[in-house]
Amino acid sequence: MTEAVTRRAAMLGAGATAGSLLFAGSGAKAQGKPSELRVGITTFLSGSASVFGVPAKQAAELLFEEVNKAGGIGGVPLRPIFVDEAPGTDHLVGEFRRLVQNEGVQLIFASISSGSCLACTPLSDEMKKTTVLWDCGTQRIFEEGQHPYAFRTQGYGTPEVLAPLLYLLKHKPDFRTLAVINQDYAWGRDSWELWKSAMDVLKPGVRVVAEMFPRFGATDYSTEVTRLLAARPDVILSTSWGGDLVTLLRQSAERRLFDRSTFVLPVCEPSLPILGRTMAAGHIIGTRGDHWNNHPSPKDPARLKRFVDAYRAKYNEYPIYPCHHMAQAISATQAAYAKAIAAKGGGWPNDAELAAAFRGLTFDTPTSSITLREDGQGLEDQIVGISSFNTQYPFAVPKDMILFPAAMVSTPVGRKSVDWLKSLTPDFLSQIPAPIAG
Amino acid sequence: MKRESLLAALGALALVVCAWAVPWLKFVLTIALAKGIAVLGILLLLRAGQVSFGHSMFLALGAYTMAFLAPMEDEVLLLLPAAALIAAGFGLVIGLFLVRYRDIFFGMLNLAFAMVLYSLLEKLYAITKGTDGIRVAALSFAGTEPERGTQEWIVFGIALGLAILFGLLVRFYLASPMGRALAGIKTRETRLEFMGVPARRVLLFAYVLSALMGGVGGALVAMTTRHVTPQIAYWTASGELVFIAILGGAGSALGPFLGATAFELVRVYAAAAVADAWQMILGGVLLVVILFAPGGVWGLLSRRWRA
Repeated sequence: MTEAVTRRAAMLGAGATAGSLLFAGSGAKAQGKPSELRVGITTFLSGSASVFGVPAKQAAELLFEEVNKAGGIGGVPLRPIFVDEAPGTDHLVGEFRRLVQNEGVQLIFASISSGSCLACTPLSDEMKKTTVLWDCGTQRIFEEGQHPYAFRTQGYGTPEVLAPLLYLLKHKPDFRTLAVINQDYAWGRDSWELWKSAMDVLKPGVRVVAEMFPRFGATDYSTEVTRLLAARPDVILSTSWGGDLVTLLRQSAERRLFDRSTFVLPVCEPSLPILGRTMAAGHIIGTRGDHWNNHPSPKDPARLKRFVDAYRAKYNEYPIYPCHHMAQAISATQAAYAKAIAAKGGGWPNDAELAAAFRGLTFDTPTSSITLREDGQGLEDQIVGISSFNTQYPFAVPKDMILFPAAMVSTPVGRKSVDWLKSLTPDFLSQIPAPIAG
Repeated sequence: MKRESLLAALGALALVVCAWAVPWLKFVLTIALAKGIAVLGILLLLRAGQVSFGHSMFLALGAYTMAFLAPMEDEVLLLLPAAALIAAGFGLVIGLFLVRYRDIFFGMLNLAFAMVLYSLLEKLYAITKGTDGIRVAALSFAGTEPERGTQEWIVFGIALGLAILFGLLVRFYLASPMGRALAGIKTRETRLEFMGVPARRVLLFAYVLSALMGGVGGALVAMTTRHVTPQIAYWTASGELVFIAILGGAGSALGPFLGATAFELVRVYAAAAVADAWQMILGGVLLVVILFAPGGVWGLLSRRWRA
């Protein structure tokens, strides 16, 4: 009996393997205009970062459907192929190869995690496949090397940390002590280094009373909250995100830490709908860009409303910043193809022509327009504001918003972020624009 | 025995054909071979009845040695032995202490060391770049720097060659008195001591050899992925190696490679088929193996011959 099962299992296994291998070999590269435009998308579908990855995937599905209904890109329908980046680098770089060599994708949207982006970008150089870095924030990508086929269609760590710092210096210029509580991994450390470098030159003499890096994914912050209550810092900075941030803020709210110190939370927007009224008013909040639901003067209000409404209607929740970053990557793709097809007089672009179209590209988002610099980095404006509540949203939204133009808060091409931040002077503060009305 | 070598030769040929027919699988198969070499080390310890839940530390040592040394010296022929030696040296140092323990204590202490290494890789941010990891600089092979396609074939070839080499080594080792003594540790250690065989030294030798193979596996992973992150030292990575050992079966030196290939292929096809539920498929496969084929893939094959 067992023998029979074994044989059948073996046959099945052999059949399945042979079938899939045959299937694998059939992904031939299309010449000329393809029957469909395949886009490989790496995102977190499992693990703690899926709080970003899954909404972004939903946004992608919504928008790809919308683009296809309108005739696709140059008459070619789009098909997203999603890949989970949770299993780690060795799996992901294998998947990158599979997407390119087997699925025959025309371009790849890579990665939420900075580690994944750092692993995929050199691969894009080697395989000469246009790669849109759609969400990761590490400044190392374009500052440590040149990547002819990689483009980041959103902001990155430096502006996303500098803008909240400038806002703090404008909003509460007399603070004297600061504590930091970041997740213990690359972004937590990087963002603190960026912040500290800029703070030390823009407002020298601030005393750092606590530097805490609790474990990534920690569920209990009672020790940290106790220490913060005792240290009484004027300002508490946390670039934490996801479940970690929700837990930290809930436990801080219970022990009235919000009453004693001003929080600066550059990446808190995705957590605000979950926190609801637990979040306190009067703290500095950021969203890694300018795409707040209550943006007072978006460039295309109808498009923003349509996107938010469609997303809410389909998934019964508000879109968060990764959804907007996904939308930006898709908008950039549309614009780049339009540019490349026009440049080729209606012909379908090859990999090099597509990459050439991305360089220096300007594309519209619902809230603004983004230009990709010569090094591939996108210039996305940053809006920072003070948490507040109104009748329209059941969660905190910013007020007294300041829009920081991307060019002002981004490291110039060819310089390293930390060096550039250290070269700033307090005069820089005079460049801060006035709050936008709304 | 003859059948085993025949199967090994056929397997190697099948891998080459697969890698040639389906270019992207070359990468997956190289990783599978690298992990297979590391799992050979787990197999040695399994012979002595010991399970290491921290074997990924040797992979990490090999991989990070590669990543740290590559900017200074790009010659693979020097880097690969260096990675192996550093992993073996580390294995010797902690092995002196670990071989005093057995069973759950042995497994957990290995896990503890691996997690200490993981934390160091993650926390010494200024040196290791933390979770973002380090890019492995461009490598040269015997003085030449081939282009990407050739290089992928070379790394695949090195992995296949080393897999055969270590497979043979382990086979001869297990057939030798030192290897036989490992089984003695599993059944009754006191008997070994009465025979005048120092059990600790027998286990230490196996442990250092397994560390060396872990280091080689890690170095190959680093050469293939060209980017190393601390995740390679995390306990889930160790669990993966034990998973592969179970999947492949501990009966033969071929087991780890059968297991590793099956594991990587199942994972890659599961991820391709259902991107958001591949873990379930992988878990299902392990359950099926444990329930219906306790001897792993190797057990399935060898049972067919006997029948």
